[in-house]
Amino acid sequence: MKIAVLVKQVPGSESPLPLVSSQDWLDESQVAYIMNESDNYGLEEALQIREKNNDGEVVVVSLGPDRTQKVIREALAKGADRAIHIQTNENYPTDPLAAASLFADALKGEDFDIIFSGLQSDDLGYGQTGVILGELLGMSTATLAMATEILDNKIKVKRELEAGYFQWVTMSLPASISVQSGCNTPRYPSLKGIMGAKKKELNVVTPSVGDQNQSIKKIYAPNTAKETVMIKGSVDQVVEKLVTIFRNEIKIT
Amino acid sequence: MDILVVLEDNNGTIHRMGIESIAAAQHMADSLGLSAGAMAMGKNVDSLATEASGYSVDEVLSVNHELLNDYSSDGYAEAVKQVINKENPTYVLFGHSYQVRDYVPKISAKLMRPFLADSIAIDFDGKDVSLTKQMFNAKLFSDITPSGDAPFLISFQSASFLSDNATTGTAKKREVVINLDSSMIKTESEAPFKESSGGVDLTAAELIVSVGRGIGKEENISMAQDLAAALGAEISSSRPVVDSGWLSPSHQVGSSGQAVSPKMYLALGISGAIQHVVGMKASKNIVAINKDPEAPIFEIADYGVVGDLLEIVPKLTEAIQSK
Ligand SMILES: Cc1cc2nc3c(=O)[nH]c(=O)nc-3n(C[C@H](O)[C@H](O)[C@H](O)COP(=O)(O)OP(=O)(O)OC[C@H]3O[C@@H](n4cnc5c(N)ncnc54)[C@H](O)[C@@H]3O)c2cc1C
Ligand SMILES: Nc1ncnc2c1ncn2[C@@H]1O[C@H](COP(=O)(O)O)[C@@H](O)[C@H]1O
Repeated sequence: MKIAVLVKQVPGSESPLPLVSSQDWLDESQVAYIMNESDNYGLEEALQIREKNNDGEVVVVSLGPDRTQKVIREALAKGADRAIHIQTNENYPTDPLAAASLFADALKGEDFDIIFSGLQSDDLGYGQTGVILGELLGMSTATLAMATEILDNKIKVKRELEAGYFQWVTMSLPASISVQSGCNTPRYPSLKGIMGAKKKELNVVTPSVGDQNQSIKKIYAPNTAKETVMIKGSVDQVVEKLVTIFRNEIKIT
Repeated sequence: MDILVVLEDNNGTIHRMGIESIAAAQHMADSLGLSAGAMAMGKNVDSLATEASGYSVDEVLSVNHELLNDYSSDGYAEAVKQVINKENPTYVLFGHSYQVRDYVPKISAKLMRPFLADSIAIDFDGKDVSLTKQMFNAKLFSDITPSGDAPFLISFQSASFLSDNATTGTAKKREVVINLDSSMIKTESEAPFKESSGGVDLTAAELIVSVGRGIGKEENISMAQDLAAALGAEISSSRPVVDSGWLSPSHQVGSSGQAVSPKMYLALGISGAIQHVVGMKASKNIVAINKDPEAPIFEIADYGVVGDLLEIVPKLTEAIQSK
């Protein structure tokens, strides 16, 4: 079983998000990056399949500038066998169709049985890249995976549906599956893994980025519509005010 | 037709987000001087088409095919692609439902045209459109413009347009024939099911204390439980808390959890992502404690505290107990 995992580097949820003066991207020098949350679950799913079958290869694939190699090393430290870095130092595509096309070009010769991706990137949040990639490579696709089971040349996926429902869907391999957070318990890298990661193969490809079909014109802070009463002061003052609000405004008895 | 709304079936009636998309299409049609229509498919195609013909649109298309009776991403993507190729719409609108997440990116790949997903607003500059989208976990908004040739696929987040604003009328119906064969469909689906719940029912709770990832670690959950006990409240959480195994799945509030509407929803260390907010925005009083003044939860909170919940919560529990 040959498995690719798409792993994206995104700003951490506690990172500052300052904008460049042209207001169309972040000032990356001030951003603290981490591995995209759902991608961590995709990686774990791939590693578990490899371990269960005691055979196969897990290849981590990431697209982005040089900083991206930090999450690539992290994925290798967790147990991925090798990595492909699609390097886009300039002209980073913010269009999912353009990004997926770059992934398709980089992966098409590899004949992966499964491609795992996260259901959504925590920065751009398009929720599309894994599906588009699967379609471009002629693979079966499924989204919102909560569990997977490998059958003979097929994969069975438990999908999350709306309103608390689930559904098992079986499809032929090769398949591109985007996973939902919570589908497993991601591991932490071991010390041995961290040491070993440096020696693993990291293949860098530098494609030219094609035309974007959608582009970001402007990024800005949302303007809030609702009047929020902000409670200020020391911790003790805040606690006292909250108790008063609970009693007199919200009328909790 | 210039604008095509693709309707989703919700057990024989139009999915609520489909009516919202009709409202969006009418708004776009008025602003841009374009014509709008809708299409229905699937096993309840007739009842959906009849329902849609009660709205003010030019035409309602019915797409009948036995391979569309059960949803599959391959079948639905191929069907919509063929309708697009026949009807040549400039804009194709969807509600950003779970089903749309699943199959619309495939249409984007088949046509090599962009899918502007999960938009919350649309603006016009002459004939050009730009879509607003939440990015970076809803902390920032961005304006996105499509380029190149039509069609442009667009989905709108729940409640971006109000279904009450969809104007009614009488639209004519037309059938569109498409060609599908079973070799195109690579998936086989079993019946949808619900996990045997047996957990807490939060839907009737009067008071809720809800914990998010900001609680930091599993050992801190008891801090929130103590506060809930002091208030006589139920405890709930955001998804990451359940994903980490700190609380059982039945505690989760949001689009993949329960929808609650208590008298007070006290959000502790919850950022306010849309998938969480849809499950609790009906609460009568939303109180948020978050250390980040920019957290989107403050956009919907009635009362807000910018501060460290780990300091505030124990003292708040004490203060309530001593009353
Ligand atoms: C299809 C889909 C379905 C989903 N379904 C759901 C769902 O049903 N329910 C759900 O909740 N989510 C759901 N999500 C996930 C959702 O998008 C968010 O990722 C999630 O709600 C974030 O949870 P959070 O606010 O607890 O964590 P984060 O976004 O990480 O926020 C943590 C917050 O805690 C604050 N904080 C940190 N430390 C402290 C401290 N000491 N004191 C005070 N504040 C602190 C931070 O400032 C931050 O705002 C879904 C996502 C998708 C794509
Ligand atoms: N630049 C990237 N590098 C690696 N993986 C990516 C990249 N962009 C998207 N992905 C993958 O595609 C998923 C969905 O991304 P998106 O379509 O942007 O929401 C992510 O969770 C990743 O698994």
